[in-house]
Amino acid sequence: MEVKRLKAPLSDADVLALKAGDNVLISGVIYTARDAAHKKLVELLDRGEPLPINLQGQLIYYVGPTPARPGQTIGSAGPTTSGRMDAYTPRLLEQGMKGCIGKGFRKPAVIEALQKYKGLYLAAVGGAGALLSKRVKKCEVVAYPELGAEAIHRLEVEDFPATVINDAYGNDLYVTGAKAYAR
Amino acid sequence: MRELAGAEISAQVAQMCREANIYLGEDVYRALQQAVEREESPTGKEVLRQLIENVAIARGEQIPICQDTGFAVFFVEWGQEVHLTGGTLEEAIHEGVRRGYEEGFLRKSIVDDPLRKRVNTGDNTPAVIHLRLVAGDKVKIAFAPKGGGSENMSAVKMLNPSDGVDGVINFVVSHVREAGPNPCPPIVVGVGIGGTFDMVAVLAKKALFRPLGQPHPDPFFAALEQQVLAKINDLGIGPQGFGGRITALAVHIETFPSHIASMAAAVNLNCHACRHVERVI
Repeated sequence: MEVKRLKAPLSDADVLALKAGDNVLISGVIYTARDAAHKKLVELLDRGEPLPINLQGQLIYYVGPTPARPGQTIGSAGPTTSGRMDAYTPRLLEQGMKGCIGKGFRKPAVIEALQKYKGLYLAAVGGAGALLSKRVKKCEVVAYPELGAEAIHRLEVEDFPATVINDAYGNDLYVTGAKAYAR
Repeated sequence: MRELAGAEISAQVAQMCREANIYLGEDVYRALQQAVEREESPTGKEVLRQLIENVAIARGEQIPICQDTGFAVFFVEWGQEVHLTGGTLEEAIHEGVRRGYEEGFLRKSIVDDPLRKRVNTGDNTPAVIHLRLVAGDKVKIAFAPKGGGSENMSAVKMLNPSDGVDGVINFVVSHVREAGPNPCPPIVVGVGIGGTFDMVAVLAKKALFRPLGQPHPDPFFAALEQQVLAKINDLGIGPQGFGGRITALAVHIETFPSHIASMAAAVNLNCHACRHVERVI
């Protein structure tokens, strides 16, 4: 199985070089956010106020980890269901976000926004939280500490495995993958 | 009358919460190993390999298998010759959950009011407890931490008796198709047939507590489990929905007698991390 290396944050060229079905290993800096943090970010945009993080080129990882044991960088840290973020994702892509990592279906509005703003939707393996936690080398809260596991964390990752589901060309691995193996 | 202290229940429950979330059962581990042999998609194989490696890392580093350490669901069979001392059963179980989730560094995922404020209860209580009084002087406690992603992909349908076997098959298979990648395939599919609206959902949940590789005792339903499994795996959804042969590891059916006018059916999905432990006290 071929695996491509991806350095985060991403450029438009990085995004355009990938297609649905590509397997990647991500290294660099990514940010976490899930339901509550997304809601707060979009509320700031609605009020025309600045965001607590610069979204240019960034990948957002949908995760709410378990508490870390003493000495661990992060607890179990697999992806959560992305669909719950659908209402917010196009707004963040508009702000320069280059992609998100989660699991499960996205709504057509998200898939269209990925084409319009040149972004990627990637999936990490749901339920591989222990394995994925080992690929996180550094973890710090950068916004909304009051949200606990749902706070925005800055993660430094190394060889974080993911698969491109939706690319900037309108392809969807959830559709083509199942079609290829259905009988 | 045998006396059993609530503290003993709490201690066992706390241990079960930690154990189930960190050590994947042998039954599911074996099923994943068989799946990696049978999977034809290279990406699907890689997903399954990651899941197998994940089990070893979780065990070695004492990290939960999945960050969603679930709603704590219990099926308790209480021998009616046992007298509980020192509080109620509910209190004893909740104390165990509280301790198990804190000491085990597990995520607390329960909010108090489902609609208005959704404030985290902070200790993963309350649990969902299904209690049955049975003969004897033993207490059997089965525990499963139930993840939200797969629980969300569940359904009840009041079928017509005339819908027959095909009606049940179509309901389950089309439901799994719609769920696609969301419940974290390869999944375990719990199916309830019969009973009332409320009962059939409990049957589907109970089906998920059965160890993998253990077919329904009635050969008719055992064959139906295999038939539904084959149809689900023909959908091509594959591990994590990336496309492949292994969409489900198992289908388990539980049944109950039915009203003459009804044929209730329920499907409760579980991700591949089909965590369950059992103790007899």
